[in-house]
Amino acid sequence: MCVGVPAKVLHIESFSALVDVMGSQMNVGIIFVPEVKIGDYVIVHAGQAMSIIDEQYAQESLEEWRKLVDARSDGSLNT
Amino acid sequence: MLEVTDHSTLSQMLLQEVKTLADRFQQTFGRIPSFMEVCGSHTMALARTGVKKALEGYVRLISGPGCPVCVTDQVTIDAMISLTDGVNRIICTFGDMVRVLGSYGTLMQAKTEGKDVRVVYSPVDAVRIAEQHPHQEVIFLGIGFETTIPILAAAVKEAEEKQVRNFSMWMSTKLVEPILRQLLHDGEVALDGFLLPGHVSMVMGRKHFEFLATEYNIPAVISGFEALDMLSALRHLLLLSLEQRAVVLNDYKSVVTEQGNVQAKYWMNHYFTLCDEAWRGIGVIFDSGMDFKSEYNQFNAKVKFPIPTREPRRTKCRCGEVIRGLIDPPQCALFGRACTPLNPIGPCMVSSEGSCAAYYQYMREE
Ligand code: SF4
Ligand code: SF4
Repeated sequence: MCVGVPAKVLHIESFSALVDVMGSQMNVGIIFVPEVKIGDYVIVHAGQAMSIIDEQYAQESLEEWRKLVDARSDGSLNT
Repeated sequence: MLEVTDHSTLSQMLLQEVKTLADRFQQTFGRIPSFMEVCGSHTMALARTGVKKALEGYVRLISGPGCPVCVTDQVTIDAMISLTDGVNRIICTFGDMVRVLGSYGTLMQAKTEGKDVRVVYSPVDAVRIAEQHPHQEVIFLGIGFETTIPILAAAVKEAEEKQVRNFSMWMSTKLVEPILRQLLHDGEVALDGFLLPGHVSMVMGRKHFEFLATEYNIPAVISGFEALDMLSALRHLLLLSLEQRAVVLNDYKSVVTEQGNVQAKYWMNHYFTLCDEAWRGIGVIFDSGMDFKSEYNQFNAKVKFPIPTREPRRTKCRCGEVIRGLIDPPQCALFGRACTPLNPIGPCMVSSEGSCAAYYQYMREE
């Protein structure tokens, strides 16, 4: 019952925001992420935005995995 | 979205890596490593993405008590269903709850008998329903973990601000820290580490879980819900246990911070306070849930509509052992026979995040 979905913030109005979740739009509360900006991605759970996704970190973990895979394929990672 | 079944190079390589490390663990310690995923969403995601199956024989993944529906005890479920008996009431709840079997039926059956039971997406929707029906009492069944408790608080805040007097909530919430302490304290299940719930951690923060390392000397990794996220977290868990290093790592930094969501924690502590909660198959755990502070009693359905509790009917359902990681679902005699997702006996088969449902859907040998 508790799966959070990522959504893109389209419009903000005091304590709520219009977001896009995989193509469908809905209004969610934003009292827990008052610093949210238009264009941010947020995790939505039961009608409230609960966390702003940090894209830099998301990119960094992808990079980390890529490096790991590259290192393995040329045999340099000694695990 | 990268899934193991997509044969994406990245997840395949990570999977290979996890298997290699698991082999090394087995050579070093003479047994396969056991990790518990605390969260029901992880249980489902591990089964759905094929990670659990791919790791059979390498890593033992134990489903923990992290699905809010599965851990709700029978007395509470019976009380929630009894709530529908009053006149002029609208009972609102999250989807999974309506099919959970109480001793004397389900909320769904109450609905077919003409009771007003509604499934809402958000508790705030229940406040709206209360505004639209000023002459009826709207009661929201507030179940959930730390991810959901702030959302319950948001609904109370809205009702308070709009002075909605015919809205109340029947709280049955659960906290992750006390149940982890209880499991570790009982020591019934041997664990090498925890895969920590990404969404609870997003509210509570990484620091909140540090007690696992400092007090219990057990490693833990906070993980997201994609195949890559979970494989990466398992890799970290294996590295940590091989080095015998007990630390709590945040492997979901894009969503989870050190301190968690300060606003969310503020609002949950504003309306609610710690209370003892009964966990299915485990019993009452001191301070393991949250309920209304007395100054907000006007929103507390337990105060507004007291329900006499009844001794629940006994079944052969072994959910209590399933959620403690003591047995796998097929070890329950009812699994796949009397108890299926279409005809569930226990909540672990009802909930879309329950261990028995995940096992039934993705892990059965045909
Ligand atoms: S309540 Fe949240 S953390 Fe718990 S099982 Fe559901 S998604 Fe996971
Ligand atoms: S299979 Fe059904 S009866 Fe058995 S433990 Fe799971 S939910 Fe309970």
